[in-house]
Amino acid sequence: MTDLQKLSPTFHTPRVPPLAPKEEFRDESLYTAKPWTLVWWRFRKHKLAVVSLIFMIILSTLAIFAHFFTPYAPFTINRLNTFAPPSTVRILHDGELHRPFVYPMKRTRDPETARVIYEEDTSKPLPIQFFVQGEAYRFFGLVETRLRLFGIDDRRQQINLLGTDSLGRDLYSRLIHGARVTLSAGLVGVAFAFVLGLTLGAISGYYGGRIDSAIQRLMEFIRSIPTIPLWMGLAAALPIAWDPIFVYVLITLILSLIGWTHLARVVRGRFLSLKTEDYVLAARLAGASEYRIVTRHMLPAMTSYIIAALTLAVPEMILGETALSFLGLGLRPPVVSWGVLLQDAQNLRSISMAPWLLAPGMAVVLVVLAFNFIGDGLRDAADPYGQ
Amino acid sequence: MLGYAVRRLLWAIPTLIFVSFIAFVIIQLPPGDFVTAYAAQLRSGGEYITELQEELMRQQYGLNDPILVQYWRWISNIIFYGDFGRSLEWNAPVSDLIWDRLGLTLAISTLSMIFTWMIAIPVGVYSATRQYSVFDYVFTVFGFLGKGIPDFLLALVLMWMTFVWLNMDVGGLVSPEFQGKPWDFDKFVNMLSHIWIPLVVLATGGAAGLIRVMRANMLDELRKPYVETAYAQGFSERTVVWRYPVRVALNPFISTVGWALPALFSGDVITAVVLNLPTTGPLLLQALKMQDMYLAGSFILILSVFTVIGTVLSDILLALSDPRIRFS
Repeated sequence: MTDLQKLSPTFHTPRVPPLAPKEEFRDESLYTAKPWTLVWWRFRKHKLAVVSLIFMIILSTLAIFAHFFTPYAPFTINRLNTFAPPSTVRILHDGELHRPFVYPMKRTRDPETARVIYEEDTSKPLPIQFFVQGEAYRFFGLVETRLRLFGIDDRRQQINLLGTDSLGRDLYSRLIHGARVTLSAGLVGVAFAFVLGLTLGAISGYYGGRIDSAIQRLMEFIRSIPTIPLWMGLAAALPIAWDPIFVYVLITLILSLIGWTHLARVVRGRFLSLKTEDYVLAARLAGASEYRIVTRHMLPAMTSYIIAALTLAVPEMILGETALSFLGLGLRPPVVSWGVLLQDAQNLRSISMAPWLLAPGMAVVLVVLAFNFIGDGLRDAADPYGQ
Repeated sequence: MLGYAVRRLLWAIPTLIFVSFIAFVIIQLPPGDFVTAYAAQLRSGGEYITELQEELMRQQYGLNDPILVQYWRWISNIIFYGDFGRSLEWNAPVSDLIWDRLGLTLAISTLSMIFTWMIAIPVGVYSATRQYSVFDYVFTVFGFLGKGIPDFLLALVLMWMTFVWLNMDVGGLVSPEFQGKPWDFDKFVNMLSHIWIPLVVLATGGAAGLIRVMRANMLDELRKPYVETAYAQGFSERTVVWRYPVRVALNPFISTVGWALPALFSGDVITAVVLNLPTTGPLLLQALKMQDMYLAGSFILILSVFTVIGTVLSDILLALSDPRIRFS
């Protein structure tokens, strides 16, 4: 609708019978809309889910192009910038509007406790430059480039949006690079769980009988083991000397060994209810093979449910990875994940000295909430013909 | 009723066997065995044993036997003699190390479960009877936050906040000056000022989910005709709500006690590591890191056994409270 139409209701009334309810147009498009359009319309109504989806898209973009969006490499150590507090981005200098800038930090020591203190030197603003030449990196391992989205043009000073850690590494850069590992661990774990859950859930729901009760017992059994101790036990069995990437895959496997039960339950429930539908019977009478009935007739009817269940399973994986790495049993440095970053915030002393070290925890909470909201929205939208 | 209970108990036996087998496999998983670890320990102390001695030790401990034979030896020692093996690191029988820690874990888990219920039931009932009110939304937000915040993070933040605002270090079960002293009133009061953090941490995680469950159940029940009938007979709202729908809505609660237990134990393990509580968590973590596998395996075994027992108890409770289950 253009602005003109919005402003003058008379503009479009002639084309519609005056008494016809407005709903009718929507109704008509409702009849002809494809299932996924309907799902999307339903999903759109869940405002929090939409906001979360946008948040996740932004975060994933940041993570995928991590090198470009961060001012420093995740491993660059700066000994003269340890435990620096987050720099405040300002736009007012001497009461006048200025382009975004930060004040340089002056590093001094407390004369009594010899603790390092940072003070802002408000005399000279350091403007934030965009599309600067920073540290070199390989763009997806292909092209070598130095282009970074933002940075400051000063050899001594740094811009640390979230402060620095005990080695003076920029926490914001590490956080974004860690998002790569943590988010993908969640997704890979869910992919493993998806394969297991779909297969076993489908077998259980489709065949029923003795196989069903055997798989049910297995699921009950897995749910009755305390997860963290079991994860800890399995993770501790991985030798320290193995390649970090391999350990990463194994950790996600361990996480999914437990996570698949929820998914299997959803799939089984759907299979049980779909098995008796008329169109499935019709397909069987028409002589379709079992494989064809399952893949062509039953699975499409539950895709949206499966996607919703998958979305709700991601936060569990992320929380699991974070918890294991936090305890030192999951991923280990030099791999950067949010759990690994949180290891620095393990005791009261470092937190009270540098509260910004909890930022990765904040990120975990936001991502978990976002996935929960998206999953909720998807679950509500999963059956678009429901109402 | 008795028949149901007995059947349920019998069902628990295969589960227990399976659980113990898993625990044993975890003990066996890391490369090397007890003797390799022992030899490494001796080497680090400056002594050494020859390969022949190692081989003799292996034979003596029966480490060359097939895994099922070894499993049987391990589990029969536990069942018949209560002998869980020796902890390498502490050089002491495992059973000497674990029981008081397990007791504390059990105490904290049970307390926080009661705490969870004390929060979740009234709040869930309130949210359902006053759907879409301001407090309903507040509790919904609380529910989502409780689900989203990892236990250990909440513990860290609470510990930090009490340190900054109240200038109190609440790590550990008691303050350092009370450590190792006999229990008296002062020490008890001191413990109360520490114990609330794990309780709050564990209860928020659990309550967040249960509030949603309780609210959904209540909403289902409140729409049923019998509730309307009760209202029509002129009972007050309080009587109607608490006497009828709440009792039905509690069923899923009771049946999830069993599943709440593993979650509580998991939460307790990781929270205790952060807060440095003398429960199973820190010792289990230490044992796993040092590959002190008999200790770790025993912890995992006993925690799992507790869970299985909890599940059985909750099933029997459920049958007691809901006759429909007994007869189906």
